[in-house]
Amino acid sequence: MAGSVPGENATGVGRTSTEENHMAKYLLLKHYRGAPAAVNDVPMDRWTPEEISAHVQYMNDFAARLEGTGEFVDSQALGPTGTFVRYDGEGRPPVTDGPFAETKDVIAGWMVIDVDSYERAVELAGELSAAPGAGGKPIHEWLELRPFLSASHTVTECRLK
Amino acid sequence: MDEVLLRSLTPGVLGILGRRGADFAAAEDAVQDALVEAIRAWPADPPRDPKGWLVTTAWRRFLDATRAQAARRRREDLVDDEPAPGPASAVDDTLQLYFLCAHPSLTPSSAVALTLRAVGGLTTRQIARAYLVPEATMAQRISRAKRTVAGVRFDRPGDVATVLRVLYLVFNEGYSGDVDLAVEAIRLTRQLAAAIDHPEVAGLLALMLLHHARRAARTAPDGSLVPLAEQDRRRWDTASIAEGVEILQAALARDRLGEFQAQAAIAALHADARSAQETDWVQILEWYDELARLTDSPIVRLNRAVAVGEADGPRAGLAALAALDDALPRHTAVAAYLHECDGDLATAARLYGEAAHQAPTLAERDHLTRQAARLNNRRCR
Repeated sequence: MAGSVPGENATGVGRTSTEENHMAKYLLLKHYRGAPAAVNDVPMDRWTPEEISAHVQYMNDFAARLEGTGEFVDSQALGPTGTFVRYDGEGRPPVTDGPFAETKDVIAGWMVIDVDSYERAVELAGELSAAPGAGGKPIHEWLELRPFLSASHTVTECRLK
Repeated sequence: MDEVLLRSLTPGVLGILGRRGADFAAAEDAVQDALVEAIRAWPADPPRDPKGWLVTTAWRRFLDATRAQAARRRREDLVDDEPAPGPASAVDDTLQLYFLCAHPSLTPSSAVALTLRAVGGLTTRQIARAYLVPEATMAQRISRAKRTVAGVRFDRPGDVATVLRVLYLVFNEGYSGDVDLAVEAIRLTRQLAAAIDHPEVAGLLALMLLHHARRAARTAPDGSLVPLAEQDRRRWDTASIAEGVEILQAALARDRLGEFQAQAAIAALHADARSAQETDWVQILEWYDELARLTDSPIVRLNRAVAVGEADGPRAGLAALAALDDALPRHTAVAAYLHECDGDLATAARLYGEAAHQAPTLAERDHLTRQAARLNNRRCR
């Protein structure tokens, strides 16, 4: 990813700062819990089977369409409960704890996209949030959009000490 | 097998298929098939005439694909006779290919992908790995790009600036996967410089060589960033610096200054200093002024503020910085540095911490976090 090198050279020359977002990867994070309430937040187990099918179809179509536009990287779903694990000292087995029913923020899954701009990432997150729920109406759920820190090595030679 | 040789033959092979009447999209697919086949077959059975082998294989693939299509459309007449050459072009084939792949109708990521495949001769898999996306995604990105430029015809050269921007993006992507994109960008820029006589092409090539010369010194063994001032200058590649400087001087002598030549001049002044203390910041600042006149980019003015700080002192640098929008990427990092130079370590430490939160790359974040930690520790002791 192009980066400017303060005091050394100006690698962003001729490009606007939005173009600095060139080909950035973003994570679209879907929460079971922890995000603000969706507009249409009837839980899935109260939908009709057809509504569930329509929802799943929408998600699959969305991923397929992104593959077609060359913007899809990955999509995964997570089980709702997890175990906490930590190191417990040399020669001892790790300590485990949980799952905790009261955990506030629970990640349901994610999609990773590779897009030309932040604006495009927002646009796609908006589309994904429009997946149909109860009554066939869009869920309007809140998706969390997080940028990946790029791993580029080339032009990050800040002379900032 | 010499993969670089194989890749360098790609534009020529594509040009021959084009002159035989193949359309760009189909010809490009056929050449890609031939490249994949070459990577598979050549190690055991290297051809005596690599280019001839590629042309024959690609042409056969093209005919197969066209026949299959023609069978559907009943248009067999297209393929059986020895093909007539296409209309004579005023623009060199290779050059035309660069313009097509960097066409302004393409998004930057599409232009980069198409350039790497059609001009660079990389396989879809190699490009996908380099950009850390699935191969299917990259394949789609490339075929969409080809559909976008289908029908574009050149009767005169396009805008070379669009091509340079694409090559610069490739260079900045660095290296991940099994392809070194910085090296590849240099190769493609060198090839472009051979096809067109243009001082800005030379300027970009010089800039890349001068940057690349410092690559070994830029990263510590643990992967952390080494700032320019702290680099072991004995590890700079002097041959690459000498070549970059020579190309730059020849370009500057033609008196058609552009932004890449100005950037290369700044890089050359850094390369010329035997130690960080010997850096000619006054001259570097003059080049930044020149660059600001050429581009009027806020990022240039941000970098210029650092040069002002070095040439005229940190207070002057901070004054220059105050005139700029503080939402600019890396604005906070620059402010942190100038405050540190000015001796205000508390402010510097706080700003380094803030800058780390805004850093767009992992290496920069870690670097800035270390700077904050260094100052915080010093102040607590």
